[in-house]
Amino acid sequence: MDPEYLFSEAPRRQVFITGSEAVAEAVKRANVDIAIAYPITPQSESMHLVGDLYDQGYLKDYYRGENEFAVMAAVHGASLGGGRVFTATSGPGTLRAMEMFPVWAGSRQPVVCAFMCRGVSLPPSIQPENIEMAMLLDVGMLMFHAEDAQDFLDMILKAYAVAEQPDVHLPVGVFADGFFVTHTRSAVLLPPDDLKLAAYDPRRAPVPTFDMETPPIRLVRDPLLNKSNFISYAANASWHQEIAAAAERARKHIRRYMGGLLEVEDPAAVVFLAASGTAVSQSREAIKVLRAEGIRVGLIKIMSIRPFPVREIEAVTAHADLIVVPEFNIGGWLAREIKAAIDNNRRVVGGPRVFGGMTMPTELIVNEVRNALSRPGTRQPGMRAGI
Amino acid sequence: MSKGLFRISPGFEDVMPAEYKELVTNGPYGRDLGVKDLGTFKELIEEHPLCAGCAEALALRLILASLPSPEDTVIVGSTGCSSLLFTQVAVQNIHSLFGNQNAVATGLKRALRLRFPDKVKDVVVIAGDGATVDIGLDMVMQSWFRRELITTIMLDNEVYANTGGQESGMSPQGAVLYMAPLGKKFPKVNLPEIAREAGCAYVATISPALPRRLGKVVRRAILVAREIGPSYVQVFCPCPTNFKWPSAQVLQKIRDRQKEGIFKVREYVSPEAEAYLAGLEVERQHDEQE
Repeated sequence: MDPEYLFSEAPRRQVFITGSEAVAEAVKRANVDIAIAYPITPQSESMHLVGDLYDQGYLKDYYRGENEFAVMAAVHGASLGGGRVFTATSGPGTLRAMEMFPVWAGSRQPVVCAFMCRGVSLPPSIQPENIEMAMLLDVGMLMFHAEDAQDFLDMILKAYAVAEQPDVHLPVGVFADGFFVTHTRSAVLLPPDDLKLAAYDPRRAPVPTFDMETPPIRLVRDPLLNKSNFISYAANASWHQEIAAAAERARKHIRRYMGGLLEVEDPAAVVFLAASGTAVSQSREAIKVLRAEGIRVGLIKIMSIRPFPVREIEAVTAHADLIVVPEFNIGGWLAREIKAAIDNNRRVVGGPRVFGGMTMPTELIVNEVRNALSRPGTRQPGMRAGI
Repeated sequence: MSKGLFRISPGFEDVMPAEYKELVTNGPYGRDLGVKDLGTFKELIEEHPLCAGCAEALALRLILASLPSPEDTVIVGSTGCSSLLFTQVAVQNIHSLFGNQNAVATGLKRALRLRFPDKVKDVVVIAGDGATVDIGLDMVMQSWFRRELITTIMLDNEVYANTGGQESGMSPQGAVLYMAPLGKKFPKVNLPEIAREAGCAYVATISPALPRRLGKVVRRAILVAREIGPSYVQVFCPCPTNFKWPSAQVLQKIRDRQKEGIFKVREYVSPEAEAYLAGLEVERQHDEQE
């Protein structure tokens, strides 16, 4: 079946489900061979539901691993053996497994992993926060950030379609802010139950499957990468470049399946809120309040964090005077990314930032925009034509 | 693997290296060969960069010559001296990270069982003592608890050799090594006993000083892991470089340690594995008579 039919054309029915249930609905339609689970809040519920899918015959294999590092290693092994795999984790689990993520990318495996982001210790926190995304920016995997349960479902399904392209063949992390997305119910449009992605075909992979059926059987004549000489360093470096190039090649597939790396509302505005994840939903509310006050603000919803939509952001903000970036983490990684992407980056204001489980009330964003506009020399946007 | 997969594409015969051509014409794939046949066929292992006199290199030659079905074996290795050698071994092999070998092998074995339900694909973990008993012990034991159908072979060279000679859990008590400046304070970890208790259906300790016995042990371990349960083989191959022994004396050192009773050749076979191996033996004799 053409994945685009499943993604956008097939009739959908509306259900009222949690983000965790949306994850299971995605996996149910993703024709996954093996899922491996390890408990961690707030991820566990989704992998319980994936376990139920195994019981119902939607998956061929499923088990509880011993820790996140081992789980990520085992899905790596299953992927090397030619299986389509799924797993999920959260915050401390992400950090526990950290060493494996560059291995997924380095071995060009199309692993899809859901991250239900949460705080990392110390002090201990099981609350929503997405600092772990900052730590994953340069591991080589593609990163999509879901705003809500609908996004989470769609992005997981589409992640397989992007990840398994022969010219990409990279892991994809699909991120959602824990609890806000995983544990709340919302209206989600579901594709039909009887549709699923076509099976993964390892023969289309740009790297050999380790099954003793796919040449080459002997990989190299000399231990190239273990030698200390210029050729070995160059070989290693060129492999890294190829992984980066594969991520670049993913852009066209992301545009095709997801409609773009970002979405823009009111592109003619000169003040923008730029956000990813649930900060987008909060920004939507803040924009309503600001408009009621006569301040016109556009919205940039960034869906693909890796690859990052540098050119799109440059183009969208070319005429902008102010870009405010609210985030659910202390580091402000998204503001840093945007500052690095555009010219005259004093236009970017990183904030508000909440973390440790704090929520992001609309007023916090509204105040950040008001304060930024009161900086000396900032043009006041007002309400121009079109509103 | 499918017959004919390991062959040279037409037109490339004259540019392929001689040792590759030999693998094609006289390799061990699909043939019933073993340690006794060494010297009569092209081995899976090509030139390797390990030290002169390395007992581990000899052990690996013997292990690779003993694989019951090299044409359908995938090896999972780990960081260490052996990873320097595996890249040019002529069966597919995975080096992922240090210590995660049994977790990788778990996923691999399960995927291969799904993809090839009518074919036996042997997944064999071959890793050093540090990878097996220290950094990877959790995942090694958990794969046994789960009764994963994989064979785990530890190359016990009694030291972290590749990083320059640091103490490992398998170093002898009292040995003065890097990171054990006053001598190791505790004895060698008794992993064979742990393996038995953790659910392995077949456990053996062996050394390359007993090549035919090593071949038999490896073969039995891999056969048991096909049907009965996980298996574990511990190969005693102390490192001459880090223990500062003349390279020609390594095998004698192993024999001395065996005489002193410090190293013991042991084999544990569960009743189910025993019955299974006996059944295979009967089949084999029957085949030979025909």
